[in-house]
Amino acid sequence: MDATILGFLLLDGLQNGVVYGLLALSLVLVFAVTRVIFVPIGELLMFAPLSLVWLLSGKLPGTLWLALVLGGAWALLARGRGAALPLLGGMGLLLVFFLALRFPPLAYPAVVLLVVYLGVASYRVFFQPMREATVLAFLIMAVGLHVAYQGLGLVFFGPEQFRPEPLLRGDAVVGLSWQGVLVLLFAVGSVLGLYLFFRRSLFGKALLAAAENRLGARLSGIPPQEAGMVAFGIASLLAALSGLLLAPLINAAYFMGFMLGLKGFVAAILGGLASYPVAFLGALAVGFFESFTSFYASAYKEALVFLLLVPALFYQSFRVRAVEE
Amino acid sequence: MSLLRVEGFTVRYGALEAVREVSFALEEGEALTLIGPNGAGKTSVLRGLLGLAQAEGRVYLGGEELRPRSPEALLERGLVLVPEGRALFPGLSVEDNLLLGGFHRFRKRQHLRPDLERVYALFPRLLERRRQPAGTLSGGEQQMLAIGRALMARPRILLLDEPSLGLAPLMVREIYRILGELKREGTTLLLVEQNAKVALSLADRGLVLEAGEVALEGPAEALRQDPKVVEAYLGLSREVEEG
Repeated sequence: MDATILGFLLLDGLQNGVVYGLLALSLVLVFAVTRVIFVPIGELLMFAPLSLVWLLSGKLPGTLWLALVLGGAWALLARGRGAALPLLGGMGLLLVFFLALRFPPLAYPAVVLLVVYLGVASYRVFFQPMREATVLAFLIMAVGLHVAYQGLGLVFFGPEQFRPEPLLRGDAVVGLSWQGVLVLLFAVGSVLGLYLFFRRSLFGKALLAAAENRLGARLSGIPPQEAGMVAFGIASLLAALSGLLLAPLINAAYFMGFMLGLKGFVAAILGGLASYPVAFLGALAVGFFESFTSFYASAYKEALVFLLLVPALFYQSFRVRAVEE
Repeated sequence: MSLLRVEGFTVRYGALEAVREVSFALEEGEALTLIGPNGAGKTSVLRGLLGLAQAEGRVYLGGEELRPRSPEALLERGLVLVPEGRALFPGLSVEDNLLLGGFHRFRKRQHLRPDLERVYALFPRLLERRRQPAGTLSGGEQQMLAIGRALMARPRILLLDEPSLGLAPLMVREIYRILGELKREGTTLLLVEQNAKVALSLADRGLVLEAGEVALEGPAEALRQDPKVVEAYLGLSREVEEG
């Protein structure tokens, strides 16, 4: 291996690693606040670019109808004053999509809104009603949703792969496109934004508080339902933006989200599903490891990445004491 | 009219009836204590009031029935609980814990500044440790923080569940000195306590719960002289305090 190849591998690893990092941060946040392992985050990530391709070609994507159906179910569950948010959100979403058919630049914010709405509605419809359930029951629901969303992805977008136009064309340096630079800048901005949100704003602290002690949070007037919706909203926003920025570099297809989400999950596990910085560093390690294994043993690349889970789980089994649920 | 009136209150955990047909009233500015042995149903009364346990019966606040009951809804109406175990946010700083106590009123720090200063005036030790994570405080300091956090919500009625539990005698005295100060300022207190001696020294009236039912009730002074209470609780609490 010479210095050029080493440079390529490092840049490739960094670019993938930061995306896994954002997914890992999202998974840790959602788990800490709601105890849900947000398995379908990969599908939400892919829904963004695929819906964008559909919208830019003048068609309304099936994901819009899925979001509206879930929004309707959310409104029914919320009833009364609580139904205003899903109803107004759903109407706003429909309006933005129709406007985006006429004004293509609106397609970007439209699909971001769609994915955020879909993520929050998924929490409200599928997870919030079973809020007292065990982590295992949440996991079963999450895996079920992943399978359902992946199947719906196939129905909505077909088996083909799509490559949306990049926002920026050309290469910054050999081996790193300007779009890749955008991904890196977005990741740095997101990490900084999350840091400031949790460190400086009382709302961010309230979210951390809901993760630390549910009873204490309720007694302080922080409703767990609201905290869960915000956590799912942030996670879906990061997934949507990551998907839009990453899709021009890889091919977007209905089945690709799962692998990305799973690698984010490996990184989140390296951080014990609790530590944000360790999860992000773990994600960078996963990115570099994947990059180098694809060079040395590309046929075993995925298997070797998931093998990273073994020492992480082994370490966690010594560190964490078993607790009764 | 009583500030809080509880009528025919029953609390259940599945098939188990922890509290049976308990009724009491609490006047504005009064301190009422529920005492009794372990498992008598004292904590269950508080949990039932806040909707944390399944309960039947009527609860009125200022003549208006409280319905439905959840910690968030009752917080809006001014019922604030300092729970047993304190339920603090150990990874957050002392000041953040306090600020979150007022989160339902204001979501910006600057609006909560006057309340924060009042709590620091009551608990100077919290001011010294304001940047420290709550999890690193001693048991007594954590209890101060839990009470301070509840005060940030500007309670009409402060509900306290075993505030002396697990604390050294000196710290118990300090906590009760502050509760006395709050009472003098006009805060209405509903106090659940196993340490009957300290509780009856602060309260105006007391209720003795046994096996989920009211066994005795009356002015705190009368309960302190009651031979049954002296034999069953005050002897024990004296031992606890001295031990």
